[in-house]
Amino acid sequence: MKIPFDKLDKAFENRLRLQIMSVLVANERYDFNSLKDLLDITDGNLASHLKGLEKEEYILVNKSFLGRKPNTTYQATEKGRKAFMDHLDALEKLIKQQKLK
Amino acid sequence: MKDQNIEDELVSIRSLMERSSKFISLSGLSGIMAGVYALIGAAIAYHIVYSSTGWFTSRDVVVDNITAHMETIVHLLLVAIAVLIAAMATGIFLSVKKAKRKSQSIWSSTTRSLLFNSAIPLATGGLFMLIMLSRGYYGVVAPASLIFYGLAVISGSHYTFTDVKYLGILQIILGLIAALYPGYGLIFWALGFGVLHIIYGSIMYFKYDR
Repeated sequence: MKIPFDKLDKAFENRLRLQIMSVLVANERYDFNSLKDLLDITDGNLASHLKGLEKEEYILVNKSFLGRKPNTTYQATEKGRKAFMDHLDALEKLIKQQKLK
Repeated sequence: MKDQNIEDELVSIRSLMERSSKFISLSGLSGIMAGVYALIGAAIAYHIVYSSTGWFTSRDVVVDNITAHMETIVHLLLVAIAVLIAAMATGIFLSVKKAKRKSQSIWSSTTRSLLFNSAIPLATGGLFMLIMLSRGYYGVVAPASLIFYGLAVISGSHYTFTDVKYLGILQIILGLIAALYPGYGLIFWALGFGVLHIIYGSIMYFKYDR
C-alpha cells in the first residue's frame, strides 16, 4: 500500500507551524501575545514561524495600534485553511494505514 | 514519521484548537458559590421586604407602594451589590487559580471575547432596568435581570463550555415566567441566580474541574 507522505504539507513539517495554524483555524483572529502565551515560545521563534506561514500565504497579518502599543493580529487565509485540512486528512490516512498493517 | 508521533500531533492540535477558542478555566465551584451568595442575599432581601410589611402579607402592597419604602429599596440595593461583588470576586479568584493549574492564560483573546460578548446583553439589560426603575416600573427588575442575564450567558457560552448555554436558556425561561407572576420576583430570582447556579456549578465541577 502506498503511504501518502507526499500529501503532507512541507510548510507544516515543523510542529510549531502546524500548532500556530490550528489556533488560527479555530479562531477568527488571534494576536501575537496571546499566541505566544498559548504556545509558550519565545518572541523570535514565534515571529520566524509566522513569517514562514505568511510567505506561504497561509496567514494574513493585520498591524494596528492599541493606544501606543502595537497590536498585531493574524488570521488564516482560505488557502491556509484548505492546506491545514488537507494536511490533517493526510495525517489521518497515515494513521489508518499504520493500523491496517 | 512514526504513527505514535502522528497521534501525538493530532492530540496536540485538538487541545490547542480547544484551548485557544474556549475559556476552559471557568470554575464550576465559583458557580456554586455564586448560587450560595444569591440565596443568602435573597433570604436577607426577603427579610427586609416582608418584615417591613409583616411576613406573608399581600405581595402587591410591596410592588405598588414601593415608593413609600425608599429605605427598603436602598437596603435591597446594598444587598444586591454585596452579592454581586462577592460572586464576581470568588469567580475571578477561582478561575485564575484553575487557569494556573491548566496553564491557560487568564487574559487571552478568548477571555476578552467572552467578556465583550456577554457584556453587551448585560449592559443593555442594566440600562434598560435603570430606565424602567426611574419610570417607576419596579416589577420589571426580577424578570428583566433573569432574561438579560440568560442572554448574556448564551452569548458568552460560545467562548467556553457549551453546557453553559443551557443555563442561559433556563434563566430566560424563568425570567419570562417571572414576568407572568409579578410580586413573586424574589422567589424566581432566588431560583434563577441561586438554585440554578448551584445545580449548574455542581455539574460543571464534577464534569470539568477535577
